[in-house]
Amino acid sequence: MMLELREVAVVPRGTTPLFPPITLTVRPGEVATVMGPSGIGKSTLLDAIGGHLAHGFTLSGTIRLGDTDLAALPAEARRVGLMFQDAVLFPHLSVGDNLALGLVRSVRGRATRRAAVEAALDRAGLSGMHDRDPATLSGGQRSRAALMRTLLAEPRALLLDEPFSKLDAALRAEMRAFTFEHIRDRAIPALMVTHDLADAGATDGPVIDLTQPGVPACIDCLVSKS
Amino acid sequence: MGAALHTVTTQVPDGRFLRAAVLATMALGLVLPIAAGLWQTARAGAGILPAIGSTDVSLAPLRQLVDLPGFGTALRLTLVTGLGATALSILLAVGVCAAMHGRMTQQASGRLLTPFLAAPHAAMAIGLAFLLSPSGWIARALAPLMGWDRPPMVATVNDPAGLALIVGLMVKEVPFVLLVILSALSQIQVRQHLAAGRSLGYGRGIVWIKVIMPQVWPLIRLPVMVVLAYSLSVVDMALILGPSNPPTLAVLLLRLFSAPDIRLMLPASAGALVQAFLVASAFAFLWALERAGRAIGRWWVRRGGRGLSAEPGLWLATALSALLFAVGALAMLSLLGWSLAWRWPWPGLLPESWSLRAWSSPGSGWAEALSNTLVLAAATTALSLTLAISWLEGEDRARRGRAGWAEALIYLPLLVPQIGFLFGLNVLFLRLGLSGGYLAVIWAQALFVFPYVMIALSDPWRALDPRLVRVAGSLGAGPWRRLFTVKLPVLLTPLLTAAAIGIAVSVAQYLPTLFMGAGRIATLTTEAVTLSSSSDRRVTGVYATLQAGLPFAAYAAAFLIPALLHRNRRGLQAEAGA
Amino acid sequence: MRLISLLPILAALAGTPALADWQDTVDTARGQTVYWNAWGGDDRTNAFIAWVGKRTEERYGVSIEHVRLSDTAEAVTRVISERAAGQDTGGSVDLIWINGPNFLAMKEQDLLFGPFVEDLPNAAYVDLSPGAPAALDFTVPVEGMESPWRLARFVFNYDSARVNAPPRSMVGFSDWAAANPGRFTHPDPSNFMGATFLKQALIELATDPAALQEPATDDAAFVGQTAPLWAWYDALRPNMWRGGAAFPENQSVQQQLLNDGEVDISMSFDPASTAAAIAQGLLPETARVFVPEGGTIGNVSFVAIPYNAANAEGAQVVANVLLDPEVQARMQNIEVLGSFSVLDSARLDPQARTAFDALPTAPALPTLEELGPTLPEPHASWMTRLTEEWARRYTR
Repeated sequence: MMLELREVAVVPRGTTPLFPPITLTVRPGEVATVMGPSGIGKSTLLDAIGGHLAHGFTLSGTIRLGDTDLAALPAEARRVGLMFQDAVLFPHLSVGDNLALGLVRSVRGRATRRAAVEAALDRAGLSGMHDRDPATLSGGQRSRAALMRTLLAEPRALLLDEPFSKLDAALRAEMRAFTFEHIRDRAIPALMVTHDLADAGATDGPVIDLTQPGVPACIDCLVSKS
Repeated sequence: MGAALHTVTTQVPDGRFLRAAVLATMALGLVLPIAAGLWQTARAGAGILPAIGSTDVSLAPLRQLVDLPGFGTALRLTLVTGLGATALSILLAVGVCAAMHGRMTQQASGRLLTPFLAAPHAAMAIGLAFLLSPSGWIARALAPLMGWDRPPMVATVNDPAGLALIVGLMVKEVPFVLLVILSALSQIQVRQHLAAGRSLGYGRGIVWIKVIMPQVWPLIRLPVMVVLAYSLSVVDMALILGPSNPPTLAVLLLRLFSAPDIRLMLPASAGALVQAFLVASAFAFLWALERAGRAIGRWWVRRGGRGLSAEPGLWLATALSALLFAVGALAMLSLLGWSLAWRWPWPGLLPESWSLRAWSSPGSGWAEALSNTLVLAAATTALSLTLAISWLEGEDRARRGRAGWAEALIYLPLLVPQIGFLFGLNVLFLRLGLSGGYLAVIWAQALFVFPYVMIALSDPWRALDPRLVRVAGSLGAGPWRRLFTVKLPVLLTPLLTAAAIGIAVSVAQYLPTLFMGAGRIATLTTEAVTLSSSSDRRVTGVYATLQAGLPFAAYAAAFLIPALLHRNRRGLQAEAGA
Repeated sequence: MRLISLLPILAALAGTPALADWQDTVDTARGQTVYWNAWGGDDRTNAFIAWVGKRTEERYGVSIEHVRLSDTAEAVTRVISERAAGQDTGGSVDLIWINGPNFLAMKEQDLLFGPFVEDLPNAAYVDLSPGAPAALDFTVPVEGMESPWRLARFVFNYDSARVNAPPRSMVGFSDWAAANPGRFTHPDPSNFMGATFLKQALIELATDPAALQEPATDDAAFVGQTAPLWAWYDALRPNMWRGGAAFPENQSVQQQLLNDGEVDISMSFDPASTAAAIAQGLLPETARVFVPEGGTIGNVSFVAIPYNAANAEGAQVVANVLLDPEVQARMQNIEVLGSFSVLDSARLDPQARTAFDALPTAPALPTLEELGPTLPEPHASWMTRLTEEWARRYTR
């Protein structure tokens, strides 16, 4: 299933578009990268795709996921997963319940659901942490738990908002590999917003510079710019 | 711009129905009745009250009011006590904030202020009346030193100048204004501004006046207006602490409304209009003061004078506030003391004999008043909380902020003097056959409970990390599931705090309960005010203690329940502290 | 009108039909809840009302809900606003403990149900002949529109441990206050008790006391009659508590002041209240009652039923129970309420009379002899004019 953006722009009411229109295709298992200076509207672009645009913003262009036109759907029906830099686990739920909230409804039965959650925890190296308070996890553990929670909802696409920027260098590479590996395994398209050139370099997908979205960006050019 | 090629979508805002329902509830339940009540009162004030055979428009009611003995004095008293208490409360609160900011966490100061916010005005007034009176606790403590064998002959309560009333209002208002300023300060980078200002050579107090307060003022303007409107139209506290011959305007009006001579309802209604006019003028005065202050302030800032140190002023304000809090605490303690006393004659510092008799006969009245109070508090709080949550959730679903008119709408019942529309409303309710029932009282109380609940809940609701809700949405949770599984549990602490505030406000309601309940629904507050003019301070002590204890218990629950439920959730404990 | 006032007499002559009607009233009343609006500032009265409620519940299936007022006028206002709203039936007030001006106001505005008093079986124990205390309320003929239930006599009380010689007449108060500045006050005349204090003085000081029984319509006469009163009061006021600039709200607050030692004298409309207050720990053991020579004002407390009362039948049952000799004897018991009975002892059977004679006594409870003669209330218009004139003179 491909994520396709055609001539997508976001216009705050009464002003000019935040960035020139974007056209972009992300293939299954591929991670596309969006870069650009802060304030240009990278996160707003993700909001537009995920269905979280604030009142007063107008979206133009089309966003398709496979055969579906996303713009017409409410956020919860889009099945577009969301990952933030500091994981954003629900503070009132245990680690396991965070994952359970994500797990699709089609997995039925208390025991089966519990097993699915435990399996995901195992995959993330979080075995035995089902009842832990999310606030007591380390940064890396939190990120892995958040990724598992997202994946358990069986998203058809993934949006990553500077997902690794809060992690230290060693952990960042490890987490990046872990995340991209899962995206490849699931064969879902992913769109990543980042400041970090190394993040962009680690993907094999297209890279877009929001200041000039029409021009295919090269990492080296961006390096020289910054 | 080649838009013809694009499909343009403005995202359809969700929750249209919810927003429409909230708006309709507000219009029908709040704006319409207040307007109708004011209209009825205005008609009677202009001489039209067919029920007593008065049908012609005339200025006679107003003239009759103005000709009442002592009317001028009542007006002056109202202005002096209302404006004085408000101005002094703000001065003290600002001084305390400037002196104490950074030395105390907001959590700690919140906990210190809570008992004073929780204590209803009537209970506080009853306690103060004993503490401050010439035969009260303070005089008793001084008696051996001063050699008084009889209470000194000075009017320390019900004094003709209204000083006791000003002190009473301040005991309640300084903590409120303090809390409002503290919450406004959390939205401003105080520490940085203070450091910057001081590095430029300005003293602490001067930076507060020149830099911090101008930023704080727009955030506290509405709450200050609430305090002003309240101080100018307070009834229960003025009945107990204020002068009586003549009393303040609001008490004078209550007397006229309940006079045996029915025709006095006309001047009383005219008086209600005067009361409303007084409050409106005070708002205009405040606005003019703000404009003048801004001009003078700008001139002062541009002059660049470092001025004298404001430090002594800050410490004076802090000392006075501490004294005020001590007086408030002693007042509450004296209520408890009386409720446990049998005989407590002058000049004993402690009762001569103790007894549990006042407490041990709940059947004689306090049990029923307590249960009525609890039922009303629970119902009004639940109603207000539901409405507030619906309103805020509606805003979330539309993904938009609040318009200025909507904010003003929330404050409306707190800004219009109660007596101005309650009389008219009473007539209206009777026509609808709703009088004297629980429903009428619940509704009338909710009119005043809702604004406080809404104000208390709005900031924490907006401060909720929006990403939590987005993540939940991206995981497939629809709007209702997002509300019930994510937002409400995460916001448990502010929800319970708002509920506690709602309970405190409901418990303290006097006029709405009296007017709408047709006197049939006895609550701790109506009984305590009635009993305050009886001869048995011990029974009054029981009612006032319960009246103050109930909101305090609610605050304690709001503090303990989340602490217990979230004892293993560090993320939320940090949030609660923020 | 005349026919209407004759009707009860005719009914009384016929005998049985009235009783049959009463049985109808009792039957209809069963199951009703009577909202009795009564001043709630006195715990013993509140307890007594609760006891009456238990009795009517047991015997007639009528329960009483005591709506506690801080001022009787609140109930009057409520009936007025109900009429304003067109609620002419099913009103929220069933029974009011009422006094002179409020009764006059309601009667003049046709806000009362009745006449009903002569229909009450227990009214037989009351002297209702024209001019009898229970047939007049502030000189206004009751005409069966309100039913008596307790007797009120104006008395002063003081702490005998602090005061040796209380004033012996109203005139004496001004000398006493001059000798004891700041130790005397009276309730605000906008309150019933404060107004009664002024009336008591007026009766002693008026140039022609007999004129007080007529309406105070003539301005010149009013000025003439009251001139000595104001002269006396001008001499008294500067030596009063708080320099005569502030006044306690009512007699309860003043009793509290007496208990606190802020003043030395208080007043009451209930000769037994001092003894009762001592028993309750609300006054020192040394508190005693005194009355000026020549007697004091007395009147009868009544209950009335608003024209739109939802439970008028139940209210009549309560009014009747209040006149039951057993209930009246209990009311006069100092350990219960200590309020004098309104029943005419000549009309009681011997058994009931013995019950009254056997009632306990207390040191602070005055005997009827000690109380001296009962003076009639001036016409209600005097009270209105007195309080208005007082407010005009002394409210600044």
